[in-house]
Amino acid sequence: MKSIQELNAIRERMQNLSKDRTVADEGTTRIVVGMATCGIAAGARPVLNALVEEVAKRNLKHVVVSQTGCIGMCKLEPIVEVFVPDQEKVTYVHMTAEKAVRVIAEHIVNNNPVKEFAVEEK
Amino acid sequence: MIRSHILVCGGTGCTSNKSQDVVAALNEELKAQKLDNEVKVILTGCFGLCANGPIMVVYPEGACYNHVTINDVKEIVSEHILKGRIVTRLLHVEDIQTNKKVMSLSDTEFMKKQVRIALKNCGVIDPENIEEYIGVDGYQALAKVLTQMTPEEVIDTISKSGLRGRGGAGFPTGTKWKFARASKDPVKYVCCNADEGDPGAFMDRSVLEGDPHCVIEAMAIAGYAIGSNQGFIYIRAEYPIAVKRLQKAINDAKAYGLIGKNILNTGYDFDLEIRLGAGAFVCGEETALMTSIEGKRGEPHPRPPFPAVKGLFAKPTILNNVETYANITKIIYNGPEWFSSMGTEKSKGTKVFALGGKIVNTGLVEIPMGTTLREIVFDIGGGIPNGKKFKAAQTGGPSGGCIPTQHLDTPIDYDNLIAIGSMMGSGGLIVMDEDNCMVDIAKFFLEFTVDESCGKCTPCRIGNRRLLEYLNKVTNGTATMQDLDEMEKLCYYIKDNSLCGLGQTAPNPVLSTIRYFRDEYEAHIKEHRCPAGVCKALLHYEIDSDKCKGCTLCKRNCPVNAITGEVKQAHHIDPNKCIKCGLCMANCKFGAISKK
Repeated sequence: MKSIQELNAIRERMQNLSKDRTVADEGTTRIVVGMATCGIAAGARPVLNALVEEVAKRNLKHVVVSQTGCIGMCKLEPIVEVFVPDQEKVTYVHMTAEKAVRVIAEHIVNNNPVKEFAVEEK
Repeated sequence: MIRSHILVCGGTGCTSNKSQDVVAALNEELKAQKLDNEVKVILTGCFGLCANGPIMVVYPEGACYNHVTINDVKEIVSEHILKGRIVTRLLHVEDIQTNKKVMSLSDTEFMKKQVRIALKNCGVIDPENIEEYIGVDGYQALAKVLTQMTPEEVIDTISKSGLRGRGGAGFPTGTKWKFARASKDPVKYVCCNADEGDPGAFMDRSVLEGDPHCVIEAMAIAGYAIGSNQGFIYIRAEYPIAVKRLQKAINDAKAYGLIGKNILNTGYDFDLEIRLGAGAFVCGEETALMTSIEGKRGEPHPRPPFPAVKGLFAKPTILNNVETYANITKIIYNGPEWFSSMGTEKSKGTKVFALGGKIVNTGLVEIPMGTTLREIVFDIGGGIPNGKKFKAAQTGGPSGGCIPTQHLDTPIDYDNLIAIGSMMGSGGLIVMDEDNCMVDIAKFFLEFTVDESCGKCTPCRIGNRRLLEYLNKVTNGTATMQDLDEMEKLCYYIKDNSLCGLGQTAPNPVLSTIRYFRDEYEAHIKEHRCPAGVCKALLHYEIDSDKCKGCTLCKRNCPVNAITGEVKQAHHIDPNKCIKCGLCMANCKFGAISKK
């Protein structure tokens, strides 16, 4: 390596590192995937991977994707819950990888929850 | 795509608790569960909580697991990694009584009061991967210095920050560099003192193991500032992991063109080499260290001339400690005002301490200057184990002194510690409780310096030996009060007349224990009694005939057959045969044996 541009290029490439290795603070949006046996059986893993990939691809700051156990509505799995700070939680059900990509684009980036995927209130 | 990072401590402490095996088992298990493409396992530097090693931290949740063994790996992978359920039984226990657990390391009392500058990247990056260091702004300070600053501006920045040498003496780093810059010689040297020899100190080792590139980068900056193209890192051979990672870091930095010829196309050259020390304590003294790098026997010589004028190979040289260098890059990157906003009036920034001895959270801590000893021992360190009482803390290792209870609230900085008869030292902090005999502690440190004296000057070689003989007399009960006065006189004589720092500071543990614990010395001398029950010659074991049931357990365990007595009758210890090993007392089920 012979120039500062090259040094900065490496820094750019590695820049997610410090975000990936700090605990989420209060201003962070949390996307939580139900990953109990029911969730995994219904196909939660491709959903989780799609979410992680999309967040990284768009280089979204202050967003973390994590997992949780059984949310309690096993027949609606895979379930994804989105917690945006100071907003009401949105629960998405029967998720797929394709739906996950849309949730990131519409809900996380444009702050416009995808109502058609959300659990229906009775 | 990586969705989770698992960091496992690869420092010396956790490595000796088999953290490398945990990493191997973890990789195997991740592969078996087909998670190896989503989860990245990194062997990183010291997290600080060495007492609870091996330590593992799992992100993004930041769950900190303690005492992880290979048997826990399967559960961690199938519960936490696959299903997102925290393995609570492995979390850090904050309060033993209430069993209160804390999930992330940053929420522990241990971390809350800490400010990490020198240790910023320890436990965050993979020390063997230069790109991870670059990813956390590594080598940006060097790039800034080489392209935007003159050497004078660099020195000025360091001076303004108020950084003082972290090796113990506390000489202003900027001033040291200025002297070396002023020496007109085409050949100058930059040296790093990584010969950390104090018993119980491991700050420098942890920096080199966890973040070797920050020292390399800072040395290149120092070279540019004083006008030098060659650096040497003098490190003890007893630090194999640090040596290995440092060598890899130097090789990588050369391969990436960050040291070597024409760094970043600026025309500046800087080369760096490692020199291994053979483990002599005196080689941590600057003149002896340079003599040792030259390949000669490691002996000190008088100053002046100071190294900044005539040092290594008789050329102008600067020598700084590892921790000092670890602060440099951050000062350049964040500015001197940022650094000087922390700390006390005359001591800026932070200091790393290695906590050891009778303390719950044995480990590595970095605190802003001005933090009190009480905060370090009781808040960060978690207090004294087994409900015992705090007696004193030793700072500065064999060159320092003890700090007793009445000074627990003294804000720690260079000048305050000297005022109370101790010194900052390199950062070893050994805590003593009521079971420690202060005369015995002084003897322990003096035995160390007597062993390590190079023998070149008489006050140190013979004086310390005589002082140790006095201490032996005290601990076996044959000393007189006159001996105590003679000891004090001898201490001052050695301090005033020794050639180098080793001899000049060797009597400090004796002087400070006499100053604060004179009553313990007097108890040994006048009453032939060791108040803490440590000095064997002054102890005797006794069986309480009322409590003794005559079970014969003590008799059977005594290695020298000093105990006599029939079954179901009170036993008796023959003081002439007894070697005071304490086995009888440890074995007695009725608490009938006591030591006095």
